[in-house]
Amino acid sequence: MPQGALAIGLGNYLFVSACLLVLGVFGIFLNRKNVIVILMSIELILLAVNLNLVAFSSALGDLAGQVLAMFVLTVAAAEAAIGLAIVVVYFRNRGSIEVEDVTLMKG
Amino acid sequence: MIAQIAFWVFSIILLVSAAMVVTSRNPVHSVLFLILAFFNAAALFLIAGAEFLAMILVIVYVGAVAVLFLFVVMMLDVDFSALREGFQRYAPVGATVGAILFFELLSVLFGWQFATDAPALRLSQMPAQVENTRALGNVIYTQYIFLFQLSGLILLVAMMGAIVLTHRERHTARRQNITRQQERRVVDTLEVLNLRTGAGVQELGIYRRKPEPALLPAAHGHDDHDDEAHAHHPEGEH
Repeated sequence: MPQGALAIGLGNYLFVSACLLVLGVFGIFLNRKNVIVILMSIELILLAVNLNLVAFSSALGDLAGQVLAMFVLTVAAAEAAIGLAIVVVYFRNRGSIEVEDVTLMKG
Repeated sequence: MIAQIAFWVFSIILLVSAAMVVTSRNPVHSVLFLILAFFNAAALFLIAGAEFLAMILVIVYVGAVAVLFLFVVMMLDVDFSALREGFQRYAPVGATVGAILFFELLSVLFGWQFATDAPALRLSQMPAQVENTRALGNVIYTQYIFLFQLSGLILLVAMMGAIVLTHRERHTARRQNITRQQERRVVDTLEVLNLRTGAGVQELGIYRRKPEPALLPAAHGHDDHDDEAHAHHPEGEH
């Protein structure tokens, strides 16, 4: 077995990653108006997921976890790019990025 | 022992900087703390033995995504202090939800165990004596090649979507009009004069002054070079 996560203890990794995920969720609630910080909180949540995947992959000696973490990274990068593009377009049209104003599609 | 100390140091910096990301007043500071959090997460990846992912995290996240965030934060002229009202109002709700989630996660953390046949269920076992990057490459390009191609497709679509969303036509932009370029003939733009040797352009009456700024065509860039066609400009007579 690899010396990686086992030397530290898988539980420690899971604890840190749980804290990170909770901080991300807390950030979404805290910055209800600022889309950019919400996107950053989503990045934090995805980072916590990646940390979990890597820790389990290292503890079990299974590379599939790291492959999956790489795909999560890819999708997160694409999501950040699209999200920020939407923010830029929205700001251009409305002059603000307050999420609570986004009710145009309510009908 | 050293690994333990390094792990907790990196973890504490990671968690503190993550807390600063969500609570700092200035979004630019949020982005900078996000970069710090990514660096420390990369260190945790290194401790876990995932060297390739650690480097990818630094290159892709710090080098591309965080800088993209920084660009957008600095490009948008947003009054960020107005966005922060209601911060105190939402904090109790967020803290409640976060605490519930945290205790649920902790209860999971202390009550789980590996399945007895977990080693047998491994999808792609980590080969011994092979460095992480090589092993990952061997697996990605054989077992997961279609997923890999699909992630390339996702990135392509994301790139096209970002361009389509943010691209706009500017009225002041100078563009190439190929049809017009092709239709132009030499006689439209160029006049060959027969000059006496030794005579100046002023006595020949072909001296062209610089046009007055007010007389310049208002719209630039519409490749109207008609004025150059008339070398015998009336202003040049005196």
